[in-house]
Amino acid sequence: MTAIVNVFLKEGVLDPQGKAAHHALDSLGFEGVKDVRIGKQIVLQLDTDDKAKAEAEVKEMCETLLANTVIEDYNIEIK
Amino acid sequence: MKVAVLRFPGTNCEFDTQYAFEKLGHETELVWHEKETLPSDIDMVVVPGGFSYGDYLRSGAIARFSPVMKAVTKYANDGGTVLGICNGFQILTEAGLLPGALKRNNNLHFISKHQTLRVENNDNAFLKQCEVGEVLNIPIAHADGNYYIDDEGLEKLEANGQVLLRYCDEEGNRVVVNGSVTSIAGICNEKKNVFGLMPHPERALESILGSEDGLKMLKGFGA
Repeated sequence: MTAIVNVFLKEGVLDPQGKAAHHALDSLGFEGVKDVRIGKQIVLQLDTDDKAKAEAEVKEMCETLLANTVIEDYNIEIK
Repeated sequence: MKVAVLRFPGTNCEFDTQYAFEKLGHETELVWHEKETLPSDIDMVVVPGGFSYGDYLRSGAIARFSPVMKAVTKYANDGGTVLGICNGFQILTEAGLLPGALKRNNNLHFISKHQTLRVENNDNAFLKQCEVGEVLNIPIAHADGNYYIDDEGLEKLEANGQVLLRYCDEEGNRVVVNGSVTSIAGICNEKKNVFGLMPHPERALESILGSEDGLKMLKGFGA
């Protein structure tokens, strides 16, 4: 199975990269962009067919290493 | 006093840190990150600056799982003195030994320059040689030094005198350097035995190189 983890700075935590990209988009004339958040995507190939087990394991990976939950939120998609 | 200076792959301030403590008359020992124990006769651990594990994933995120960090965590929880400088500060926050986190600088630049800092609290082992309100000149060199803590956490830090240093101008007025919450440059834990700061006191040891204020700070340990 494949697990796709998206990690983003939490709402309310200023995202300097998102802000810079937003500013650049404005400068380039792309109007109507209300907010830009930049995160990272981590793709994991897992050696299991058990979706529930995979989800639980990846959640633990996120809590332990992949995200810093002081400043980041994450979501997990299992395919 | 004997000081253990940790070394991870990518650490690059370990020799400067040794030099600083030896200049102050202390003995030092480098400790490789794969060690599962710390030397038994030490009085302090320093996690020096650098780019442990290339700052991959997040600064300090991988180093905190090095075998030696288990020993450091136990040492700190037993009341031992631990100082994290720059990447060392990032590692200690990732390890949960210090509250908050270090984000990318607001301007996204790697900032490397001399910076003035205001001493905010001195009722701790680190800054007891300094006066509250005193302005120190110490180099900074980081890309991820933007300290974040939520409002509740900040209140606790303030109430308990855990804010050690803030970025300031030469008169001591707060300045925004990297976007840190209330310009915080260094903090300690609640028990005041674990310290972390982004600036590099070990790079301010000789007036001919710009400042010797780092000596004054580090003198606090073992004094």
